[in-house]
Amino acid sequence: MDTARGIADPTGTAPMTADDLPAVVSASDIARTGRRVLRRRFVTVGAGMGSLAMVHMWRLAGVADDDLCAVGPLRSPSDTYEYLATNSQIPRTERLRSDSGSTIDAIWGWPGYALRESVEDRNPTQALRVLGEPIVSEFFTPKAGQVYRSVERETERIGWDRILQPGWVRLIRRAESGGYWIIVDSLEHGELAIAAEHVHIAVGYPGVALLPDLQEFRTDHPEAGYRIVNSYEPHEYLYDELRQRKSVVLVRGSGIVASRVLQRLLDDIEQHGAKTEVIHLFRTYVGDSQGTSARFRRPGGGGFAYQAFNYPKSSWGGQLRAELETLDGEQRAALIDKMGGTNTAPRRSWRRQLKRHTKTGTYRQVHGVVTGVAPIDEAIRTTIRRQDGSVGVLDATYVLDATGLQADPATHPLYADLIARSGARRNPKGRLAVEPTFEVTGTASGSGRMYASGAMTLGGVYAGVDSFLGLQYAALRAVDHMAEIGALPRIGPIRSATGWLKWATNRPYRPDGDSR
Amino acid sequence: MTPTLLGRLQTRWVMVWTVGLAWLLLVGPWLPLAGPTTSAVYFTGITTLVLVSVIGTGWELIYHAIQQYRWDKDWPTLLGLLVGLTEGAVIYRLLSLDIPWDVDPITPAPFAWQFGSVWLAIWAVTNGPIRILFPRWRFAGGRFW
Repeated sequence: MDTARGIADPTGTAPMTADDLPAVVSASDIARTGRRVLRRRFVTVGAGMGSLAMVHMWRLAGVADDDLCAVGPLRSPSDTYEYLATNSQIPRTERLRSDSGSTIDAIWGWPGYALRESVEDRNPTQALRVLGEPIVSEFFTPKAGQVYRSVERETERIGWDRILQPGWVRLIRRAESGGYWIIVDSLEHGELAIAAEHVHIAVGYPGVALLPDLQEFRTDHPEAGYRIVNSYEPHEYLYDELRQRKSVVLVRGSGIVASRVLQRLLDDIEQHGAKTEVIHLFRTYVGDSQGTSARFRRPGGGGFAYQAFNYPKSSWGGQLRAELETLDGEQRAALIDKMGGTNTAPRRSWRRQLKRHTKTGTYRQVHGVVTGVAPIDEAIRTTIRRQDGSVGVLDATYVLDATGLQADPATHPLYADLIARSGARRNPKGRLAVEPTFEVTGTASGSGRMYASGAMTLGGVYAGVDSFLGLQYAALRAVDHMAEIGALPRIGPIRSATGWLKWATNRPYRPDGDSR
Repeated sequence: MTPTLLGRLQTRWVMVWTVGLAWLLLVGPWLPLAGPTTSAVYFTGITTLVLVSVIGTGWELIYHAIQQYRWDKDWPTLLGLLVGLTEGAVIYRLLSLDIPWDVDPITPAPFAWQFGSVWLAIWAVTNGPIRILFPRWRFAGGRFW
């Protein structure tokens, strides 16, 4: 409790702002903030893909409109996802790195995206591809547009508009009487406080991140900052420019986003006559398969580590998932690193394209550690130290950072506050510690529980948290836990099957939670 | 599929004695080249199911060992279908040797219809519809409990 409160305001009636709220908040505290109060038993924060997966499960468990709320700054759950995917060169017509059964609109994963695409197009190719994957065909992956359409259909069916509270969540604090107070700057109701019994948080990555040396360069040389491009930021202007002018682009990173960006750069050379020279800088160059044991060896070569998805497939629901669950702390983090790390999908078309452009000299690979980034006339000079200790210099018109997103919870005010004031902790990977049930460790409040899913929970018992299937798994584990503590009925075979039938026939939910 | 060893075994036994048995009872006698009497079809069919589950337990150990050499620790859908050919051949041989007990003499074509259709039904249900009833099954590596 905030001890200062009693001294400054012995009667406890003076107005206060959300910033003044104590770690454990009472109803009278909220009254003093003057915020409008809304009561909902189940609230999900973020309103993105993670929230969709959670609400899908809550609806399946029979939760009614009046008990349910999704808070976040998005209109459609796929808004942020689409923004980041489009920037990183996966427009609606391109394919994601996700399998057929990872259907974010349905926990059952059947029929999968491949079968649906085949039915829509009246062409069995994609469904047959799933039958042959990954032996006689590459893994099927759905087109981004198909996933967004499935999200639209499901949001409509589960009554998303009725439960959505557009706005920004500033704080989540324990309530004195159990459960939580969620402090919201609502787009429709202004200052709002939601009293919730159970809270689910899935706000995704705090933001985009540049490599530290590139961030420093941008800060020190704002006039040349536009030459540094993050692949998750809008950067269509770069491709426009490259079509106009002969340029050199230095690409940093060797993950899936680097692959996609390289494809765009090289496609523009092939299809639009761009006179671009691409230098690809690897900090870690994967020359061959990784791993000493024949039973744990990841294919690799030509600089890249290859696997179909960002983790081995069984870490979503097989041997590696089971193994990870038996490990603790550091050991768990080590296995996650071994299974994950930087890797990309082994797509034949990508490998062939790189080979073609290596021959013509429009694509070349360099291996080294960056020691300096400095502006020179009309370009950026990157100094590297090669493996043999020699120094190299790479001059490029643009530097494209394809390394990743900001993953430190401390940079997100909501997580930072949970860690500082509500008992949440970091796991050995530095992210938010969650139980196998995806309950946020250390945050229980009376009968209320707080859950989290998505990228911020990496380092727990599940590796693939930052994926459609991972979000669904987390939601499933959370509703199972809520059933265990008596907050919801358990989803057994009958409820599941009737729920599937309603989903398959697109029957919407009524406000009372039943479906027509 | 990404089965664990326990998941493989549970899935095989459960699927054989639910989907496999239902298929045999409801469709078996009416398949092309089915035997003259329903009771003979059922007797041979159930013997086949016994072998699919008992001998199959051994097969699963082999499949699981092979799976260890796959990075993804997955069991591709196509393999799940194709191993039916070898399993079927072994079971045909055993039945013709009257193992585990006497059955009516069998010939390849009717056996292929019976065994093949049961295998296909189990494979098809395992690769999707099963999750309608058991949404946790695919996350649990094929375990039901």
